Amino acid sequence: MNALASVPDPDDDLLLDVRGLTVEYAMAERSVTACADIDLQLHRGEILGVAGESGSGKSTLITALTRLQRPPAVTTAGQILLQYENRRLDLVQLEEKQLRALRWNTVSIVLQSAMDALNPVMRLGAQFADVLREHEPRISADSIVARTRELLGLVGIPDNRMRSYPHELSGGMRQRAMIALALACNPGLVVMDEPTTAVDVVMQRQIIGQILRLRQRLGFAVVFVTHDLSLLLELADRIAIMYAGRIVEIGTSADIYAAPRHPYTRGLRDSFPPLHAPLQKLSGIPGTPPDLNELPVGCPFEPRCTHGFDACRSDRPELLSIRSGSSQANGHLAACHLHDARLQPPALPTELSAHVDR
Amino acid sequence: MSTVEATAALEAINVTKHFHVRDSVGSGATVHAVENVTLRLLPGRIVALVGESGSGKTTLARLLAQFYPVTSGDVRLHGQPVSGKRAGKDYFRQVQLIFQDPFGSLHPGHRVRYNLERALRIHGHAKSRADARDQSIELLERVSLIPAREFLDKFPHELSGGQRQRVVIARALAVQPSVLLGDEPISMLDVSIRLDMLNLLARLRDEEGLALLYITHDIASARYLSDDVHVMYAGQMIEAGPKDEVIQTPMHPYTRLLVEASPDPGRAGRSDGVFDETAMLGEPPNLVNPPSGCRFHPRCPFAMDECRKAFPDRTDLGNGHWAHCWLHQKGRTAELRTT
Repeated sequence: MNALASVPDPDDDLLLDVRGLTVEYAMAERSVTACADIDLQLHRGEILGVAGESGSGKSTLITALTRLQRPPAVTTAGQILLQYENRRLDLVQLEEKQLRALRWNTVSIVLQSAMDALNPVMRLGAQFADVLREHEPRISADSIVARTRELLGLVGIPDNRMRSYPHELSGGMRQRAMIALALACNPGLVVMDEPTTAVDVVMQRQIIGQILRLRQRLGFAVVFVTHDLSLLLELADRIAIMYAGRIVEIGTSADIYAAPRHPYTRGLRDSFPPLHAPLQKLSGIPGTPPDLNELPVGCPFEPRCTHGFDACRSDRPELLSIRSGSSQANGHLAACHLHDARLQPPALPTELSAHVDR
Repeated sequence: MSTVEATAALEAINVTKHFHVRDSVGSGATVHAVENVTLRLLPGRIVALVGESGSGKTTLARLLAQFYPVTSGDVRLHGQPVSGKRAGKDYFRQVQLIFQDPFGSLHPGHRVRYNLERALRIHGHAKSRADARDQSIELLERVSLIPAREFLDKFPHELSGGQRQRVVIARALAVQPSVLLGDEPISMLDVSIRLDMLNLLARLRDEEGLALLYITHDIASARYLSDDVHVMYAGQMIEAGPKDEVIQTPMHPYTRLLVEASPDPGRAGRSDGVFDETAMLGEPPNLVNPPSGCRFHPRCPFAMDECRKAFPDRTDLGNGHWAHCWLHQKGRTAELRTT
């Protein structure tokens, strides 16, 4: 029960503190590091977006955070400290039985494919009853119905849908039902893995709107993982950008949009053509994401980067604090040698030093 | 659109497609997938077709590709009606379809070389083995898979998603078509390489004068790539015109909803309020029993009696921009412009 020992808490508001989290896929011959040395802090009620392309490690991070990972994925280092009542638990150390007590109650998850996450042969109401009963065994049948009705109401699903099977609901409704289910036991943290990728743009907007409104009302924090940075810029309070298993930049949404400091972040931001602003030819990011088996020695982004210099080819950059245009000590970090004065980098290109006003 | 009408490379004229299906209890039903739709693809122009899933975009593309026959209406290739006949090699030599999933559209057991040379041989473009090989290399270079010689001997599983989609496009080009139909060609690709693919399609339009249909649900990419935008809802074509007219001043409530719902990084951080506008709107209808009249009326904040009774006629708004909406017929156009 080591992990349950209380640790003095310097920051009341801190809900989740991930330190040095490393996840490897253990293969017979060699292992692949899918998440390397991840540090993340999440405060109560905050929405943290995690953006990255396929293979960047964002889904691996989610399954590690929720301890849902299966072999060959193994957490080989780091801590996931979760504030729970007055203690701080290290999720990495917990046994399955202890985790079970936390699931739904403290940490819940919404997955990309709601069709696969709901039980196809149980009515919606029965699935809510299952979750509610698991965590409050003596709850009465009436309370279950009342609570289910309330939860479905939160996401705008009419009561009579309690009697429906998942296949009778539209994709958007299923996804909203999953969100309601995730909120059933008032968790402090909801982890969302691309919850809107499989739904249409109008439904996506409805779901995002609901997440924001419910967050305001219920005060839960969200880790929201997606490849769609343009969506995160509108939704998240802070955004972490992942590349080749590492966080390469983290900052407020405003800073990531207006003053991206890592060339990859900048390229990713400019990979979304504007909806209203004047059009110009965009080029995306040349090349393809690296193979995690054959990462370059230096910066993993160097082969695709147009600003590389000697240090980029020999040393991997660490996250450094960036002085942003908007404010100074706002936790804006980027892992790019161009911002490390000690290495005497070439002059910073304006696109990585400028601040764009909205 | 100019006053002199150019001959369309491929056009659908008032096409309708109904599918007959059996429901769960075995009784027959009709899915009204595409209803009386007209679309023209001109050489050297890209038309974007946008709409939600189930709006009939893919069905329309497949009608254009002659995957299945139209229920009524005409498909014309270079002005010649083709419906009624079974599409053959001659048709596919002109019209090629690119699918969404580059992982599923290449033969996994064969190298890139085979995938390309087969298309060249079937359509009689290669005179000899050496010729097929030379042409394959040239095709790969056209889609920027360089060094082409190396890519020839790769298997699809050795390529990234973007590289695979390039091979798919190269294979479509092998046939030397005049029309390319892209059904969400970039939606399964990584964000950072999507633009590359869009730029490639734009180059094919500009340099080779291909007529292109770009089907997408992503309005921002439609704006980036296309010349004209068509909007479909529940099987009906509800608005079309030059891209910036349609996207910046939508003249149908549904188009406006789509544009407002689309992520726009430039809007970020302004307020949470923008999200509320669409919150209470419903979902696209079931096409077995579509709503009467304008199929958008159950979700439309402007709906009036006429909307339930009949689908409105087309209103021309000038400059090739048109919409099917009763607001224009009733002199209420101004209401659409208010924010």
